[in-house]
Amino acid sequence: MPLDTGDVIGILGDNLRLRKSVLPLPAEVATKWTEGLGLPRGGETVLYTGMMYQLIPYIEGLVKAVTDMGDSWMGKYTGLGRKVNRFINVSAFMARPSAEERAVYDQVPINVVHLLRKAEVKFGALFEDDLYSGALAYDLGLDEVVVDHAKKVFAAFKKHGVKTVITIDPHTTTMLRSVYPKILKGYDIEVKSYLEVLAEKGFGSNGHSAKLLSGEVVMHDSCVFARYEGVVDEPRELLAAAGVTIRDPEYTGRQTWCCGGPVESLYPAKAAANAEKRVAQLLAAAPDAVTMCPMCFVNLSNAAGSTMRFKDISQYLREAYAS
Amino acid sequence: MTALVNPGLAAELARSDEFNADACMNCGVCSAICPMGVDVEVRKLFRYVLLGMEDKVKAETESVFSCLLCKMCEENCPAGVHIAENVRTLRHHIVRSRFGLGEG
Repeated sequence: MPLDTGDVIGILGDNLRLRKSVLPLPAEVATKWTEGLGLPRGGETVLYTGMMYQLIPYIEGLVKAVTDMGDSWMGKYTGLGRKVNRFINVSAFMARPSAEERAVYDQVPINVVHLLRKAEVKFGALFEDDLYSGALAYDLGLDEVVVDHAKKVFAAFKKHGVKTVITIDPHTTTMLRSVYPKILKGYDIEVKSYLEVLAEKGFGSNGHSAKLLSGEVVMHDSCVFARYEGVVDEPRELLAAAGVTIRDPEYTGRQTWCCGGPVESLYPAKAAANAEKRVAQLLAAAPDAVTMCPMCFVNLSNAAGSTMRFKDISQYLREAYAS
Repeated sequence: MTALVNPGLAAELARSDEFNADACMNCGVCSAICPMGVDVEVRKLFRYVLLGMEDKVKAETESVFSCLLCKMCEENCPAGVHIAENVRTLRHHIVRSRFGLGEG
């Protein structure tokens, strides 16, 4: 079945409007990472996932489920009918990642919890009210749907008395920090990524002792962190102080090269081709790479196969600062 | 060859001060540096907007939605064009006018 861009965008928008996420997850899955951490509910400062890391194995599951059905995962999903999707959460039937696959991504917010505690930051979580930010829908131009959704996110912050949000991934960071103030009247939430918080707390300088790691890694900067939010120095300082030797690829820092992930929902072949180009650039610098975005992680890992190893930056930082 | 021209297209798209397709001087840096290569030629899209060639913009739907919004072009644009936001604005227009989507 040929890809119908309009239907794909329609389904993503319907999901966000009806189910509060472009690819809805069961609440127990979205909040699984909080188990056993003793996180308080709400409070002035909260760690906010925007469900980004939790979503990735479901997107991957969906990709696997439709691999034999043609080009685009969302295109095939569309084949089941946008009308049907309005009444039945189609993705819940198609994307069934294993507990092991989900655990890989759940580990990232868990790492961040331990790092923030090591930095003596007092924070809570919003559990089932930790909603998707609307990033993909915003990128696709579904502005009206995103405004309605952003109001729900802001209402959740108000309900829980939140004043400061600590984010993990770049897409949630830029939505909550740079987009919401433009589309919501009275939006007054302070937003920082955990990398910025750790750097401010003296991690990466002489403020906190680190278990020195060894080896060298090539840094893949996220486009959104580097060019939208100016987060370039913090990850380098944090890793360097942990003893990791950082190699820069051909395109790096504010000139970083996109992983291709943003077009995967519509044009997966183009996304994969771009990821392959980026993997070649990274591999020329070092076989071990560090990422700070779940989309970068999954797209580049898939493109690299066994030629490279990718690790989220939180994994290195937890080993160094909070193990 | 004929083209239907909507002279008000640029003004219709300019929902905020951020939309500045008219700042593009067509130098081609964006095309040269785009990770997606020839799949996305934003300077051509912006020219269509400025000329009011709405059908041409809609005919470039795949190009508009193939943009990564990665801002590599914007970072290197000598004219300060808000390329990513301009492309997102074109998407919003296509989503509403061609696909009939976008209502909250």
